[in-house]
Amino acid sequence: MSNQPVLDVNNLKTYFYLEKDVVAKAVDDISFSVYPGETVAIVGESGSGKSITALSIMQLINKPGKIVDGSILLNEQDLAVLKPRQMTSVRGNHIGMIFQEPMTALNPVFTIGSQMTETIRKHKKLSKKQAHEKAIELLRTVGIPRPEQIIHEYPHQLSGGMRQRVMIAIAISCEPELLIADEPTTALDVTIQAQILDLLLEMQKKYEMALLLITHDLGVVYEYTDRVMVMYGGQIVEQAPTKQLLKLTKHPYTQGLLSSLPNIDQDMERLGTIKGTVPPAYNFPKGCRFSTRCPFVMDRCKESNPALTELEKDHYVRCFLYDGGDKA
Amino acid sequence: MYQYIIRRILVFIPMLLALSIIVFGLAKAAPGDPFTGKILDPNVDPIVYEQQRAALGLDKSIPEQYLHWVSSVAKGNFGKSITYNGRSVESLIKERVKNTVYLGLFSLGITLIVAIPIGIYSARHPYSLLDYGATTFGFFGLAVPNFFFGLVAIYLLSINLGWFPAQGTVSSNSLSGFAEFTDRIHHMVLPGLTLGLAGTATYMRYMRSEVMDVLGSDYIRTAKAKGMSDRNVLYKHTLRNAMIPIITLMGFEFGALLGGAIITEQVFNFPGLGTLFIGSVVNRDYPVIMAIALLLGVAILVGNLLADIFYSIVDPRIRYD
Repeated sequence: MSNQPVLDVNNLKTYFYLEKDVVAKAVDDISFSVYPGETVAIVGESGSGKSITALSIMQLINKPGKIVDGSILLNEQDLAVLKPRQMTSVRGNHIGMIFQEPMTALNPVFTIGSQMTETIRKHKKLSKKQAHEKAIELLRTVGIPRPEQIIHEYPHQLSGGMRQRVMIAIAISCEPELLIADEPTTALDVTIQAQILDLLLEMQKKYEMALLLITHDLGVVYEYTDRVMVMYGGQIVEQAPTKQLLKLTKHPYTQGLLSSLPNIDQDMERLGTIKGTVPPAYNFPKGCRFSTRCPFVMDRCKESNPALTELEKDHYVRCFLYDGGDKA
Repeated sequence: MYQYIIRRILVFIPMLLALSIIVFGLAKAAPGDPFTGKILDPNVDPIVYEQQRAALGLDKSIPEQYLHWVSSVAKGNFGKSITYNGRSVESLIKERVKNTVYLGLFSLGITLIVAIPIGIYSARHPYSLLDYGATTFGFFGLAVPNFFFGLVAIYLLSINLGWFPAQGTVSSNSLSGFAEFTDRIHHMVLPGLTLGLAGTATYMRYMRSEVMDVLGSDYIRTAKAKGMSDRNVLYKHTLRNAMIPIITLMGFEFGALLGGAIITEQVFNFPGLGTLFIGSVVNRDYPVIMAIALLLGVAILVGNLLADIFYSIVDPRIRYD
């Protein structure tokens, strides 16, 4: 792992201006880095801001959303200040992205081949024929059988797993430095999920990409990632190397997530749950955002939001239980 | 695909038969016949009228008359007009149908040229001033009856300002070549606008909701994430999908091309199929009524078939077999 991060997000804030005086702080001051070749997971419940973080990096936030503050450095170049036209040569070229729903993520009226070659030809100086050959090669790489035939087919002729493979082929077609996968297996059959994740990791090794994996599946996190960021209410509440986070879990929210997983070694009557739901992003509690659901809530938690503090090396937690200070 | 088309065309036959029975029944149910209400010459013996009726077969029972009509149509003979001095129905329709088709295409052109760009703009800038304005304007066009809009257009643009002729298709039969062409276009502007603006709202709203739908879809996000430019995303990925229902709608419009202008033609005294149809209904000119009704029926059926065929061409997910 080199010292120079591929992606360096600093104090990113993405707000949605829903109505007058109603602002949803979907992503509220998060900072993190992703290093070359590293696999980093962002976990959290629905509505915690995972996907908005990914779309912010891609500069694909639509109205009424807006990146209000912060920088997104990709190889030291700030994407947040790029003009929309300049950004088109970053997307698909330096950052590839895979989405949750393979069934709808491909355009139904164009062939697989045309959707692949347009990406390749946008970013690489290749002739139609060369791009076509490259597309066949990529399809073969991602494990599509009969690529010469499949390339002429339409998305509806393929299964969900095959379509996700095509999406991966498109995302890696220009050998990006960073690959963002936003819940890439959520919509797939369990048997296909492992295949797709294995493929992602294989591609990551092959093309030496950094992988930012967004998921709510802690099993996936445990098996596939180097580092985890746990998000809650638009903020990072805990961040650590995967092994350490799962062994020495600090934040009550992360503990809650883990206790909701079944464990083969323990005989449990019921799985743990976290009571309540994520508060809406336009109406966070005044103090710690988890205070409304936290089993260890203290008076202090309702007054102010703790800062993200480094407890041990590379292990950051946002919680007063560990006396994170009163700064934020 | 070919089998499908042939099957569809075979289904036309019973549908057209049913249509012809209904139209024939309705025409006969209207009181009177071609001689009713004509100023009867006192010097003509009423027996002569009876003889005339018998010659036209009007003294026979209605089912007999219908069967007679069907059997001659099956042989390709649409008969002779009763009111137009025995001219053949075919020559009458041939003379008129061209005008109506040109008018239909002209007004459809106006509709599309106005509706599609505005629809796209409205979708990209929803709830903007122009979006609201276009919606208001569109529904105004939809709500105002054609004959009223036509009369206002004649009053303002023809009588007061004198920009466009108020009636007919051509100023003089001596014109030819390009001069004739421009003169004919000049005559078509007012009826074309009347018809075209009335249809704008439908297409505009369709286009607006389709483009908005597609712009919010996952595959547009994918296209953007691949680094496609805004132009490419809009004109290639979005429009190709948003046009699917529009093209289908245009297939249905094919039927309306012939039958959609009956009232407007009347207002502008436009010598098309519509004026011929109304004239023949008033005069109980049964052969002409039946032939035009059949023609409109065929146009609508063919239009629906075309819509289905277009649909399968633009959307690879649709396959007939």
